[in-house]
Amino acid sequence: MNPVNYLYLAALLFTIGASGVLIRRNAIIVFMCVELMLNASNLALVAFSRLHGNLDGQIMAFFTMVVAAAEVVVGLAIIVTLFRSRHSASVDDASLMKL
Amino acid sequence: MSTTQSLHSLWTSAAAEPDKIPSPHIEYAQLSPTLIVLGAALVGILIEAFVPRRARYNAQVVLAIAGLASAFAAVIALALDGYGTTKAKIAAMGAIAVDGPALFLQGTILLVGVVAVFTFAERRLDPKKHGNHVDSFTPQAAATPGGEAEREAARAGFTTTEVFPLALFAIAGMLIFPAANDLLTLFIALEVFSLPLYILCALARRNRLMSQEAAVKYFLLGAFSSAFLLFGIALLYGYAGAVDYSSIARVVSNSEANVDPALAGTMGNDALLLIGGAMILVGMLFKVGAVPFHMWTPDVYQGAPTPVTGLMASATKVAGFGALLRLLYVVLPGLRWDWEPVMWGAAIITMLGGAIVAITQTDIKRMLAYSSIAHAGFMLAGVIATSEDGVSSVLFYLAAYSFVTLGAFAVVTLVRDAGGEATHLSKWAGLGRRSPLVAAVFAVFLLAFAGIPLTSGFTGKFAVFKAAAESGAGALVVIGVISSAIAAFFYIRVIVLMFFQEPKVDGPSVAVPSPMTITAITVGVAVTVVLGVAPQYFLDLAGQAGVFVR
Repeated sequence: MNPVNYLYLAALLFTIGASGVLIRRNAIIVFMCVELMLNASNLALVAFSRLHGNLDGQIMAFFTMVVAAAEVVVGLAIIVTLFRSRHSASVDDASLMKL
Repeated sequence: MSTTQSLHSLWTSAAAEPDKIPSPHIEYAQLSPTLIVLGAALVGILIEAFVPRRARYNAQVVLAIAGLASAFAAVIALALDGYGTTKAKIAAMGAIAVDGPALFLQGTILLVGVVAVFTFAERRLDPKKHGNHVDSFTPQAAATPGGEAEREAARAGFTTTEVFPLALFAIAGMLIFPAANDLLTLFIALEVFSLPLYILCALARRNRLMSQEAAVKYFLLGAFSSAFLLFGIALLYGYAGAVDYSSIARVVSNSEANVDPALAGTMGNDALLLIGGAMILVGMLFKVGAVPFHMWTPDVYQGAPTPVTGLMASATKVAGFGALLRLLYVVLPGLRWDWEPVMWGAAIITMLGGAIVAITQTDIKRMLAYSSIAHAGFMLAGVIATSEDGVSSVLFYLAAYSFVTLGAFAVVTLVRDAGGEATHLSKWAGLGRRSPLVAAVFAVFLLAFAGIPLTSGFTGKFAVFKAAAESGAGALVVIGVISSAIAAFFYIRVIVLMFFQEPKVDGPSVAVPSPMTITAITVGVAVTVVLGVAPQYFLDLAGQAGVFVR
């Protein structure tokens, strides 16, 4: 199968993730959409790796997974503290500092 | 028997001599600044695990300052050895550059880091609680604000000494970021310095709801922007078939010698290059807080604990601009005609936007945040110069700006009332009558921000605008000067507020800090004045450091 198709899929997933970040209001969902964007990048990296016949992209995909895992640890911790003090994970409710 | 053997040969074969994979060659001496800081951070975690609670604070502070100071000594040793100029090289199998800009920025980040750790360690601003000294950080980050667990933690005298290893990890990431010489290292360094900062933002002792809100905003937007950066990296890798800067630069400028069919196919696809480059720029401009990717800056600067804000506003900007310069000057010079108009636009709206919106601010931390946005615009003007002078002027500007910022935020921690820091501007009225010294010091920082002669801000702005004008960006310089004039208005307004208005009866008082914060502010003032009065040595230093290795 033509590797270009995987790139279209990656771009589609990335766009879904990006629009999800912009549209959705629940911090957890927003965060999941960010993870979707990272995974779309992974797909593009692996597809390009196959296209070029070198391993740089696949190695990078591994690193991205580790980074995504670290981000989950930090991100969920922060979102959970916010939820515990406000009983809401909505990003719209967090507006103490708006002018 | 013979059939078994032939069948067997279907799925096995005689073991071939395995390919010899060369073991990677790591130049530990040249990477020592980063390694020292990372090592100190790891030891800091061990201290958290094994040292009794009472002794942790002292151990962490000593370790952090010793680690950063010895890393700075290592940077100086490398620079004296000529790694900044003649012996500049690419270390760690092409992953990290050891050259003039990298060493200059690493030295700046480490000095800023030492001063920031001083402000982190300050414990005398608030009165003792339950017989224990308290610092700017929450006793227990996991406890609900205002809850029973929080009161209990405060009563038991808990302190969040984890901030020191977290700050060290962030600083280590910032050391790698401007020195990264391939896209993978760039991305990892970005995450290594961002993740600890997200946590540090959430740890304020007062206004914890605001602090947590700042952390969520910073985290979600930061993760969003790094996803953009990563997808851009993927596209650029797809275009060039490599992740190291020099190979990409060769492919971008069409001077790659061996082009295989796959590479020939992707090289012909400019969309990959343009979209990839643009997405990487989005990620970078977010980190340096340039308009239109600046939305997080005021909220995060306001909500985060003020010492953390100082570290973020100064060191993050240094690291971000270092990486941006290397990317534009080493990887994408072949694309200059495409990125220059974009950066022009970003620089103009950043300068004007930051300066104009800052006028309407009523909170001192938000005002400084918008001022940092405007300063990012001034630095972008130097980046656009695409000359050696451009690089060295931005390096100098970064060094000058970071100490002013750190000092200004350190002063903000001193002005307090019953609710903690009194950050509303109206409360600063008449501060000059009540505490002339603190007000005078803050006035020096504000004048430096405004770019008044005999302060470092003037020298930096002059160098940046001169480099931009010499490379033909005269219009940009005119806009820069106009927005400096707009910015000067709100800096001077605060000075007028402090010195020429009657103090309020229930106004804030100025806390008497420990020698830590006094040192931090003194260093800030000293650097501001020295770089303003006698800048030549440091301009020469930045001038020598202005060449990237590739």
